[in-house]
Amino acid sequence: MLKFIAKRLGISLAILVLGSLLLYVLVINSGDPLQDLRESNDPNRENRIRQRIENMGLDMPWYERYWDWLTGASRCLVGQCDLGTAINGQSVNALVATAAASTLRLVVLASLLAIVIGVILGIITAIRQYSGFDYGVTLFAFIAFSLPVFWLGVLLKHYAAIEFNNWIVDADLSWPVILAVAAVLAFILQAALGGDLKRRLITFAAVALGIVAILTYFDLVTWFRRPAIGIPVYVLGVIGAAVLVIVLTSGFHNQRVRNAVAATAGVALVGYIAVRGFLMTSATIPILLVCFVAAIAVAVAAGQLLGGFSRRQATLASVVTALLASLLAIADLLLSNWSGYLKEQPRPIPTIGSATPNYESTFWMHSLDALTHIVLPTVTLMLISIASYTRYTRASMLDVLNQDYIRTARSKGISERKVITRHALRNSLIPLATIVAFDFAGLIGGAVITETVFGWQGMGNLFRTGLAAVDPAPVMAFYLVTGTAAVTMNMLADIAYAILDPRIAR
Amino acid sequence: MTEPNNPAQLDQVHEAEYEIESMPDEVTTTDKSYSQGRLVLRRFLRHRGAMISLTFLILIALLAITSIGFGPIPGWWSKNHVDLYPIQEVGGAPTLTLWPFSIGEHPFGQSTIGKDYFALVMLGTQNSLAIAFTVGIAATIIGTLVGAAAGYFRGLAEAFLMRVTDLFIIIPTLVLAAVLGRMAGNVGGIFALAGMLALVSWTGLARLVRGEVLSLREREFVAAARAVGTSPWRIIVRHILPNALGTIIVNATLLISAAILVETALSYLGFGVRPPNTSLGLLISENQNALSTRPWLFWWPGVFIVAVALCVNFIGDGLRDAFDPRQQMD
Repeated sequence: MLKFIAKRLGISLAILVLGSLLLYVLVINSGDPLQDLRESNDPNRENRIRQRIENMGLDMPWYERYWDWLTGASRCLVGQCDLGTAINGQSVNALVATAAASTLRLVVLASLLAIVIGVILGIITAIRQYSGFDYGVTLFAFIAFSLPVFWLGVLLKHYAAIEFNNWIVDADLSWPVILAVAAVLAFILQAALGGDLKRRLITFAAVALGIVAILTYFDLVTWFRRPAIGIPVYVLGVIGAAVLVIVLTSGFHNQRVRNAVAATAGVALVGYIAVRGFLMTSATIPILLVCFVAAIAVAVAAGQLLGGFSRRQATLASVVTALLASLLAIADLLLSNWSGYLKEQPRPIPTIGSATPNYESTFWMHSLDALTHIVLPTVTLMLISIASYTRYTRASMLDVLNQDYIRTARSKGISERKVITRHALRNSLIPLATIVAFDFAGLIGGAVITETVFGWQGMGNLFRTGLAAVDPAPVMAFYLVTGTAAVTMNMLADIAYAILDPRIAR
Repeated sequence: MTEPNNPAQLDQVHEAEYEIESMPDEVTTTDKSYSQGRLVLRRFLRHRGAMISLTFLILIALLAITSIGFGPIPGWWSKNHVDLYPIQEVGGAPTLTLWPFSIGEHPFGQSTIGKDYFALVMLGTQNSLAIAFTVGIAATIIGTLVGAAAGYFRGLAEAFLMRVTDLFIIIPTLVLAAVLGRMAGNVGGIFALAGMLALVSWTGLARLVRGEVLSLREREFVAAARAVGTSPWRIIVRHILPNALGTIIVNATLLISAAILVETALSYLGFGVRPPNTSLGLLISENQNALSTRPWLFWWPGVFIVAVALCVNFIGDGLRDAFDPRQQMD
């Protein structure tokens, strides 16, 4: 396994260096870096041209310029990066420091969300093949494949930001809106859950009524301005998550898994209620990380100690439960701060930038600020990825479900849930590991466009302005960051591949 | 044209090439009514979504070409994309009304300085279509050749293909396309841009063709051809590629729809088609701040991009079903 990873890493690094050579040569030959000066009427023109030639090393042959850049960049390995200077004399190091964080946050978030949502949708469509839900998702995928990212981004900016900000002022839901939302959601859910006509009608009615009731309540207490989950709803949520995890993994009859998940959920509840007040006032990222690690440790311990002969499954189920409980806790904390945030930022969804400049406030306010900035770019970016993950998962799941060993499993009398979670799921995920690497490259390309639409000062912006000015240093910095990210992602995909299919690593 | 997924029929067709002199009767009786190509065509023609999309796409192309003319040939539309016309409606709003139907002076409205937006959108559509189809055809040829060589000869060609694929994982296609598009802008012309885009779009198809060829080259009809001394390229062109035709054609359509989106994205970023020429992406880029004041400047080019890309995707879906009915949705 180690040898396999080392070999893949070696190839990737060699490609990274070769790619840098190719990109460097292409960029410096893509135009005239002195064009803006040649066309200017500045009396000092000759001087400025000479100065720029000297700054950018335009009088050197291309291989010397490349070598200069490569030696500077390769010092990153020992922690002393020198990525050169941009055309206006700014140090690229300083530019990258702020840009890389926001771009990687965007791309990684979009990529993870797309994988989770896409795989879930793909599995459901494969199980409900030829159902209305399947056709609906297929149609969505076709439309997503045909939507230009930048066009969607501009539309979202207008309708999901400006119009939403107008609406949130009094957060008024009219009756037609409530009914329409309830009908649409209930329709989607009954299509996804399936069953015969009677069951579908019952699902539809129950879901629709539930949503109408909730939305009416939300409207009456203007929940969208003062949302709160509160401890009672949190308790219900964690119990619900635990039940869901048990149903999806082992079912209630396996008391070992059941006990492990119940123990994890119990500890999570007690622990969160104990530290909620403290987190509300003085949370920092390290403190949250410690809490999260503690939750996962409890889950692993519960799984190992109570799991008995189904130790592995119990551990997995309790880790998922701990993960869901942590997410719910974060959601609770964020939502509790929403009304305070609205007071400071009356128009919450911004259309420009990755953070409010010079914003001084608490940790949770900053988190909300970052979240509201990232939500629209993420949605824009991940739509195409969701569509492609859905299609690939569906195809590969259908492929696996037609295999002989699935028929054998069914003929043994195993429940359909077990057939899918135990026998089909893992095998159907194998082909996805190769898609992840390509999709990540696509997302980085998409990030260049998304950042332009949403005015982020990220890596994509560095690339775009650098290329427009025929300035290799920022373009190569973009390449270095995104290329390294792509290599890392590729590596993770390879490892996942080897875990899912042990034959690969041999 | 044969279908690659039906070994029995497939071998029959290929044996027919060699045994046709010895037993012509048997071959003609087993496959009397329809050849494989006919079957595929019939399945395609019966695919409702694909046929509607094909009609729609042809109508869009005809509208774009005949209205403002193609190159020096004039079209039936009286206005052009260069001149400034007096503003007709408030803010240059579209004069197109559906009921009662009338086109008016400027059906798609006027740009902020008074240009006829219908002529601009038609020119953009023409350019986007021309680029997309050129990219589709050129990238299909490159991808097929490299993929076939990689699959058949293995060795150097395969290593080349795999390393280029690795490269595209690290440098995103759009990024490389932007750099090449910036270069093409100095040469000028949309076909220079199309050529550059083709250079970065062929790898996906090449990998798929390689996969097909890898399995096809082990088949008996290839061994037979080799035994009688057929040259490698003749085997590839006459015996292997016809069997990979389904994969090639389906993915060529997907290449076209991807090319439309890449071209519009590049033009939006400023590395694609440049003014005074125009493309749908450039029109959106120029008018993205007009959504609240002059929405038509933003909607029309976007709707045309989505319509063209959606049509091409549906045609690709229909072709896939026609070539490989096992994967069919209904």
